[in-house]
Amino acid sequence: MAISHSGTGSGTGAGSDPGTGPGAADNAPELIQAVPLRRPGRWIAAAIVIILLFLFLYGAATNSAYDWSTYGHYLFDKRVSKAAGVTLSLTVLAMFFGIVLGVVLAVMRLSPNPVLRYVSFGWLWFFRGTPVYVQLVFWGLLVVIYKQIDLGIPFVHQFAHIDTQNLLTYYWLAVIGLALNESAYMAEIVRAGLTSVDEGQDEAARALGMSWGQTMRRIVLPQAMRVIIPPTGNELISMLKTTSLVTAVPLTTELYSRTRDLAVETFNPIPMLLVASTWYLFFTSILMIGQFYLERYFARGASRKMSVRQLQALADAQGVGNQKGLI
Amino acid sequence: MAEPMVRSELVCKNFGALRVLKGISLTVDRGEVTCLVGPSGSGKSTFLRCINHLEQVTAGRLWVDGELVGYHERGGKLHEMPAKDAARQRRDIGMVFQKFNLFPHLTALENISEAPIRVKKQKKTVATDRARELLDQVGLSDKAKAYPAQLSGGQQQRVAIARALAMDPKLMLFDEPTSALDPELVGEVLDVMKELARGGMTMIVVTHEMGFAREVADSLVFMDAGVVVESGKPREVLANPQHERTKAFLSKVL
Ligand SMILES: Nc1ncnc2c1ncn2[C@@H]1O[C@H](COP(=O)(O)OP(=O)(O)OP(=O)(O)O)[C@@H](O)[C@H]1O
Ligand SMILES: [Mg+2]
Repeated sequence: MAISHSGTGSGTGAGSDPGTGPGAADNAPELIQAVPLRRPGRWIAAAIVIILLFLFLYGAATNSAYDWSTYGHYLFDKRVSKAAGVTLSLTVLAMFFGIVLGVVLAVMRLSPNPVLRYVSFGWLWFFRGTPVYVQLVFWGLLVVIYKQIDLGIPFVHQFAHIDTQNLLTYYWLAVIGLALNESAYMAEIVRAGLTSVDEGQDEAARALGMSWGQTMRRIVLPQAMRVIIPPTGNELISMLKTTSLVTAVPLTTELYSRTRDLAVETFNPIPMLLVASTWYLFFTSILMIGQFYLERYFARGASRKMSVRQLQALADAQGVGNQKGLI
Repeated sequence: MAEPMVRSELVCKNFGALRVLKGISLTVDRGEVTCLVGPSGSGKSTFLRCINHLEQVTAGRLWVDGELVGYHERGGKLHEMPAKDAARQRRDIGMVFQKFNLFPHLTALENISEAPIRVKKQKKTVATDRARELLDQVGLSDKAKAYPAQLSGGQQQRVAIARALAMDPKLMLFDEPTSALDPELVGEVLDVMKELARGGMTMIVVTHEMGFAREVADSLVFMDAGVVVESGKPREVLANPQHERTKAFLSKVL
């Protein structure tokens, strides 16, 4: 993450140039109060968009195929909101494990240890190379393929015997399936972030005696976050919708399957599709708001621009700092 | 005289087939300032990086404060040093880089207090108070909350020096600390370094600032193509270089 400092350094000098001293305010010229530029193009464009939007909404409201009364009836139906909760929890859990595993895989991929590198590469090759739908079907069959798990030293001693049927519900199989697939994509996103951080950062941290782990956690990862977050937001939103594939496991308690089942009940799929879409859009909006704040947090220090508060603090300090000067 | 702070005996460094250092021998006594000069590519940075084990020496021996750098010697054999021990050696050696390498996501104050808190396990309040003292010492007490991108080059480099000092190093390494700076900002950084030298800090400085070398350094080492060509008192070397290569180089930078 190159901070560009070459050659432009003189811009924010030591704060001791004459024009900004405390006495300068007395004879400073009046602030400019210019008449803002007129921008008719914007108004015309806005008018066209509003008219089109109105026409669309009017059409939708009057078209009986949308069946708005059914829509209104089912939007907050207990079964629907519960299914929406399942979708949300699947998304959050799968992304959580996907991100954690992705970070581990990315670090392994960059590690000097060749065994770790190849394991990571093989994992990526497999999970990115097969469709997530196929993987989910496979996870559903897992309990059939491996009916029991024996823990122990192979052929010698057995500590424990577990029936897979009791161990994993379809819900958790869906979480695992989605998370493992996601980890492969997250690994590449995290790797791109880590390699985008300037080598000098790692060097400076090591020169201070920080361990590899401290350097990663405190110095490299926080800077990599700026690169990692936007595509991760993408992944999160895409995961929200990928959860509709878990019928392959088969898990049918999430939003899409549930609304489809209800559509059979009402004989009209369109309002139920609208119900599902509304919920997806609602969650997506919340996630986007979260992303905005995360991005703002990790962008700190990235720009020369300062917040109003920072500028005020500097201006206050200037009064004191000026007289003191440099050593 | 006690054990010197840095003792280098025939230090060599190869990158694969490329031989960069070809037997560097020199000593730096406690409290001394040594300036390293030489043409680009002569291996000055590489030698500095060997001293705090950012690069591993491939032949010869290097001691800092009487301790072998980067290896344990047991039963007449050298063993590669575990990362933990190398980190322990590094934390007593401060390093200042040409490109500052401040942590852009931390404020000036946090840049300075980070390593004492994480590495030395100092209490946050203690480390922060000390960081404020150091900022004051480099003349930047009003910039505690500024991020590096909001500081001028000279200010960034002074924060970087304060960051290195926060670990209470016994040796400071400077790799061309002023060569990325606009001319009018060079002085403020050199002033901080002079102050440090007067305070008795042992320093090795790679620089092209011959004025600084003449005024502050106890010895001047001229390197070329991975060897020490000549060394001595700065005034003597600068006024009366013995070697052709030294003469040629000095005629360009003076
Ligand atoms: N990691 C590396 N791998 C391979 N070659 C390297 C590496 N680091 C340095 N070198 C080579 O070693 C030689 C010396 O580099 P070094 O940076 O020590 O020179 P320098 O004297 O500091 O020059 P400058 O004044 O330009 O900074 C150069 O030829 C450089 O290309
Ligand atoms: Mg160099």
